[in-house]
Amino acid sequence: MTHKLELVCPAGTPASLHAAVDNGADAVYLGFRDETNARNFPGLNFNRKELEDGLAYAHARDCQVFLAINTFPEAGNPSPWHKAVDDAAALGVDCVILADIGLCHYAAEKHPDLRRHLSVQASASNPDSINFYVDAFDIRRVVLPRVLSVQEIAALNKQIAVETEVFVFGGLCVMAEGRCQLSSYATGESPNMNGVCSPAAHVRYVDEGDRMVSRLGDFTINAFAQNEPAGYPTLCKGRFVTEGKTEYLFEEPTSLNAAAMLPELAEAGVTALKIEGRQRGKAYVAQVVSAFRRAVDAVAEGKASPALNLENITEGQAKTSGAYDKSWR
Amino acid sequence: MSNDNAKLTLGPVLFNWQAETWRDFYFRIADEADVDVVYVGEAVCSKRAPFHAPYVADVVERLMDGGKEVVLSTLALIMSSREMEELRATAEGADGMLVEANDVAACALLAGKPHVVGPFVNVYNEGTLRYFAERGATRVCLPVELRRDAIHAMAGTKAADIEVFAFGRLPLAISARCYHARHHGLHKDSCQFVCDKDPDGLELDTLDNEAFLTVNGVQTMSYTYQTLAAELAEMRDMGVTHFRLSPHTCDMVAVAKVFRDVLNGKTDVEGADDALAGLVGDAPFSNGYYHGAKGVEFVTE
Repeated sequence: MTHKLELVCPAGTPASLHAAVDNGADAVYLGFRDETNARNFPGLNFNRKELEDGLAYAHARDCQVFLAINTFPEAGNPSPWHKAVDDAAALGVDCVILADIGLCHYAAEKHPDLRRHLSVQASASNPDSINFYVDAFDIRRVVLPRVLSVQEIAALNKQIAVETEVFVFGGLCVMAEGRCQLSSYATGESPNMNGVCSPAAHVRYVDEGDRMVSRLGDFTINAFAQNEPAGYPTLCKGRFVTEGKTEYLFEEPTSLNAAAMLPELAEAGVTALKIEGRQRGKAYVAQVVSAFRRAVDAVAEGKASPALNLENITEGQAKTSGAYDKSWR
Repeated sequence: MSNDNAKLTLGPVLFNWQAETWRDFYFRIADEADVDVVYVGEAVCSKRAPFHAPYVADVVERLMDGGKEVVLSTLALIMSSREMEELRATAEGADGMLVEANDVAACALLAGKPHVVGPFVNVYNEGTLRYFAERGATRVCLPVELRRDAIHAMAGTKAADIEVFAFGRLPLAISARCYHARHHGLHKDSCQFVCDKDPDGLELDTLDNEAFLTVNGVQTMSYTYQTLAAELAEMRDMGVTHFRLSPHTCDMVAVAKVFRDVLNGKTDVEGADDALAGLVGDAPFSNGYYHGAKGVEFVTE
């Protein structure tokens, strides 16, 4: 095999951070408890003291800590984002994950030695865009959009001089990340500005007797028979009607699992694998991280990717390799 | 600060119109529409561009003869080397016309010379606005989800001219996957250009038969038409310099006249909304983003 893939794991809480570190994460990623990161959910994320403790725990066990500051600062109110970058540098995180160009510029000018990764929210899907971020802001790693096939990733890696990180497990955005306003259209809150998509505060489940309806804002996103599990109404995973045809037009309620493609991703020149799920609990994190630890180690030894036995926790009980397999389009 | 020279712009046609329809639309705009700036070029799907290519030169010439400033619009999501080559060709062949960047790759390519940054590039704040302005962006069309205070803060920098999406179905998302093809059971690579069946987008309803969104190939749009006629005066006072009207099959010459009349004080807001309702047809209006509400809402103050 070419090289050992780095495993980057979600830490929505201190407990999840411990679970990820203990089960073999090479790095954990997390965010501050505010709108500066794209998982701004109630009960998640870290205050400054919790980050300090998490850094000590992870670094003592040879695990890196990445801080996501990957929403787009609000016009007229840059302070929370600037302070997040300043605090990240002061606390000694291993890198910040950024999306906004103004914030990349701020970080590069103010903290040139603070390592910078480009968030998937920047939607950098071609070599010219990626090379711009690398040249302008000394970005050291790019998290690739979940819209590229493995062949496209391989071709891309030949045209850029920067590490790439790809999602291999968890939620799947079917729209170009950072370029989707569907959530704010229906709820007023968006991934880019508020760090949330289809937020729980706008979700209602309505029991209509013969069916359970899931609503987001004022819109029905899906409906389920009484014996059917009612999934979370993420807007783009809803069931809609077009020209009389009822279908999951954007995407079925599946989640990404690219475990079987690890050898191809390594061949394609990818540096790191990312597991989505900062909103998940510590048991989930422990199970997924340990499974991918085994898979990465096996692939590095030239063996096939082992069965991961993650079916019990896969959203909607269905999984997809997403855009990595080009027939997805 | 008041700005008496606010300009009306006509954004690029976002839908897959038949090539001759597309050409004739621009010819009529050139001859009859009271707009100052017209954007020409494919922003949504690179597969459509070859159909329009034979007519672009004629369209540009006619628009210029009609006294319009022409800006060449470019693709929102660049994913292939072919698309990148087409972008380079557009930039190199611009012949003095401004080019609108809709992907950061285009911003990088156009840096150092005057250009427009379009609504598909994330310019959410003054820091990003100033960064692009210092590298040649003379005008920035803001992302659609920004509210009044954010627009005010951006316009207040005076770093570049500020354009706001003022009329039309809101472009809400772009994807690598084509939903028109998917709806018709086709693969994107052999899509048969089925998005041409829906010149204002394919209506998508909820399971309760409520019109919600529209599908435009790889793009997802609102079902509502955003109209910011009532907000024009306030935005002009904030320093917004350009107002974008996004083309639909309704009478865009008449739409432009309504917005011009509002700018000139020849019609009041109620008269403008009534006139637009008559032009648009069944779809409701929205203006929620501007008012800090859900984008779908129509707020009257």
